[in-house]
Amino acid sequence: MVRVDGVDAPDTLIRVRNLDKRYQRGSEEIHVLQGLNLDVGRGEFVAFMGPSGSGKTTLLNLLGGLDVPSSGSITVDGDELTRMSSAKLTRWRARHVGFIFQMYNLLPVLTAFGNVELPLLLTRLNRAQRRRQVETALALVGLADRMHHYPRQLSGGQEQRVAIARAIVADPSFLLCDEPTGDLDRASADEILALLTALAKDHGKTILMVTHDPRAAQRADHVLHLDKGVLVEAAGEAARA
Amino acid sequence: MKYLGLLLANLRRKKTRTVLTVGSFAVALFLFGLLAAIHFAFYQGIEVAGADRLVVINRVSIIQPLPLSYRDRLLQLPGVKAVTSANWFGGVYQDERNFFPQFAVDHETYREMFPEFLIDDDQWQSFVGDRQGCVVGAALAQRFGWQLGDRIPIRGTIFPGTWEFNIRAIYRGSRPGDDEGQFWFRRDYLEERGPQWIKGLVGWYTVRVDNGDDAAAVSRAIDERFANSPYETKTEPERAFAASFAKQMGNIEALILIIGGVVFFTLLLVTGNTQALAVRERTTELAVLKTIGFSNRFALVLVLAESLLVALVGGLLGIAAAKLVTPGLTEALPGFTVFLPTGDLLLGLLLALAVGLAAGLLPALSAMRLKVVDALRRV
Repeated sequence: MVRVDGVDAPDTLIRVRNLDKRYQRGSEEIHVLQGLNLDVGRGEFVAFMGPSGSGKTTLLNLLGGLDVPSSGSITVDGDELTRMSSAKLTRWRARHVGFIFQMYNLLPVLTAFGNVELPLLLTRLNRAQRRRQVETALALVGLADRMHHYPRQLSGGQEQRVAIARAIVADPSFLLCDEPTGDLDRASADEILALLTALAKDHGKTILMVTHDPRAAQRADHVLHLDKGVLVEAAGEAARA
Repeated sequence: MKYLGLLLANLRRKKTRTVLTVGSFAVALFLFGLLAAIHFAFYQGIEVAGADRLVVINRVSIIQPLPLSYRDRLLQLPGVKAVTSANWFGGVYQDERNFFPQFAVDHETYREMFPEFLIDDDQWQSFVGDRQGCVVGAALAQRFGWQLGDRIPIRGTIFPGTWEFNIRAIYRGSRPGDDEGQFWFRRDYLEERGPQWIKGLVGWYTVRVDNGDDAAAVSRAIDERFANSPYETKTEPERAFAASFAKQMGNIEALILIIGGVVFFTLLLVTGNTQALAVRERTTELAVLKTIGFSNRFALVLVLAESLLVALVGGLLGIAAAKLVTPGLTEALPGFTVFLPTGDLLLGLLLALAVGLAAGLLPALSAMRLKVVDALRRV
């Protein structure tokens, strides 16, 4: 279930109410998000589309606890992010959010294994337990045989799969993907999208994806448009809801 | 420990840069080690001076003698426990480059006055029983390949002629850094063979006091006792005497401090710049770590730990190299014991770590304060 009208939906994982985000650029105030409402249920795959500067990435940053809103509230699985201190928000991110970036953002000095292991270093798992989880995550994205390769030894598609493994290895509540196929060729992009779809469908992962690519958006269960800081359902979404 | 892999991986990122930075620390600490060893060579007398010993010299100058008769008069003063005397001989072995100090000593009292020099009893008795006998330090014996029983010719510069000595004993220092480069022979041999003017005169006295706390008072009493006599005295605690003796060679300490200070300051600038560059290059990676859930404090500690590890490895390498090289310096500085004390080794490492900490602090703070959203936007 996904709603943008501010009416409480049942079994909601993410609830956003009256979200405002303003930036000050010199003397000019930029109102990026204006009174935005959003409810996302568990296991939903939601795509956000919109022109550049419409606030897609800002919304993703706010949902991921990387930025704080000017006003409004964000509640994830009962935790209200807007009331958390910076340190608590950092700990919360480690447990609840998996991030996937357009440029993969792997650490070049670590192997695929080392990159995927990073979120687990923040847990109490011992070395053997970490190893098992990393191997499972890499097997899930089809890179069990590349775990000792460095990012420079992998193709773009493989790098993004490592990034997905890193995002899911600690079993977060939801994944935030910022243009995950934006830097990939069509074939690699399709592989990544198939993988994300499988994570949502087969593993019940909640995924929120920002994209410019309509074909990528088609893979999602719901497509929402951000326009001038306000979320609107794409054509057909209202009927589907 | 689980973060060690990440730490080492970051240092392997630019191997050449890491090697050069480690090398900078190694070179600086090597130089520090050499300076510390040279400092010790010049000031070792101060380091090892006895707290309960006084040195009595002629008030005019140390090269002016004192009467031998002062020995008994010194012993009569309250607070004086023992007295011994020595004369500077100033001879040359083979040629002028082979400089080392030779003392004509009172063989009945000298050993007891300096218990830090360890001498086998049989060897000492052999020395006492041979008017031409001599005692040499272990380092001096090693320097010239001397052994017990060897006959050593010394050409006198103050006391003309070639003087022959028999090595009867070899002493060792009981503490690291004790001077093992001295040559002692019997004062009565000097009196017997020396010119008329030396008879009944000694170069200086060493006095042991009952209580080290009374050293200043006994020094005053000695100088007052011989005031207004033809041979007025100047008495100082051994440490003060050694310090003023070292000062005669110029302010080596200040020179060493200036050189050391410049080296460490330059090191701080170079490594600080390198660390800042290294962190700037990793802005996105640090932002990603924070995105994943690593705290601001973790970013601070990670950058500081990298800087400290580089400093520690470089420091250890430099100090180890200095420790290896210093024995060779003894030959370059004849007459001095070049030794790198453990305290200076630790001080060097602490200085290296302090520079590492200072060099890493600003970059670490900037890593800690890095805002994830701003950093990711720059990509």
